[in-house]
Amino acid sequence: MNLEDIVKTLNLRVVSGEERLAAEVLGGYVGDLLSDVMANSKEGDLWITRQIHQNIVAVASLKDHAGIILIQGCKPAADTLDKARKEGIPIMVTDMPGFEVIGRVYNMLATKKGPDPST
Amino acid sequence: MFSHEPAIYENSFPVEGGTYENAGHVSSQIKALLKRMKISKEVVRRAALVTYESEINICSYARSGKIVLRVTPEHVMIEAIDEGQGIVDIELAMQEGYSTATDRIREMGFGAGMGLCNIKNFSDFFRITSEIGKGTHLKMVIRIDKDFDGI
Repeated sequence: MNLEDIVKTLNLRVVSGEERLAAEVLGGYVGDLLSDVMANSKEGDLWITRQIHQNIVAVASLKDHAGIILIQGCKPAADTLDKARKEGIPIMVTDMPGFEVIGRVYNMLATKKGPDPST
Repeated sequence: MFSHEPAIYENSFPVEGGTYENAGHVSSQIKALLKRMKISKEVVRRAALVTYESEINICSYARSGKIVLRVTPEHVMIEAIDEGQGIVDIELAMQEGYSTATDRIREMGFGAGMGLCNIKNFSDFFRITSEIGKGTHLKMVIRIDKDFDGI
């Protein structure tokens, strides 16, 4: 499944990295603690967070994430946006609360990969 | 340790203390450099992680610092050397969850007391020394395993 499928289904607003929406999403990771995300997320993950400062771009870039979703109406800081555009990191924003975003992304990824692992 | 091995690459990168504006800049550079050397993805990612955490520590706690990268055919060695307040109790600082971070640092999602643990866990060799009022010196070594590319 690529990023564009998720963007369309969840009606996310893409604010940077539009050129990389074809990237394949391999999994997801949720967290606001950057050291946790650095240690435990994986390449190709879609990172869901409410951190908006520019260091999220460095983390996503270092970990080769597919992109970042900012939840609950959070908007990236101006320097975050500049950096993400420069480095081609897709940032998507939504008004949905985290719980809903995570559940929907999880379901999309799980059903594409086979039966829902929670059942 | 490992310093007797002939280096195929060696460089030093300055890190500014007291600001996060350029945090991650050195890690990105080092990641790109190692990638160009055709070092396995797993090793590159571990090197990027330990460098990033070191950079964040310098940004958070030191006046200034530098990251020294030394690559030999067998190892990637990264040193983070700063001029700053130093660490009073290293054993305590190494405990997961322990942090002296300010509220401002924590609000940004840093200061969860995970940085030094991450550095230790993602290195094959790790040493930390510190002098109060002078600064802290981290040394990390990651073995280049040519047969393994786990991630």
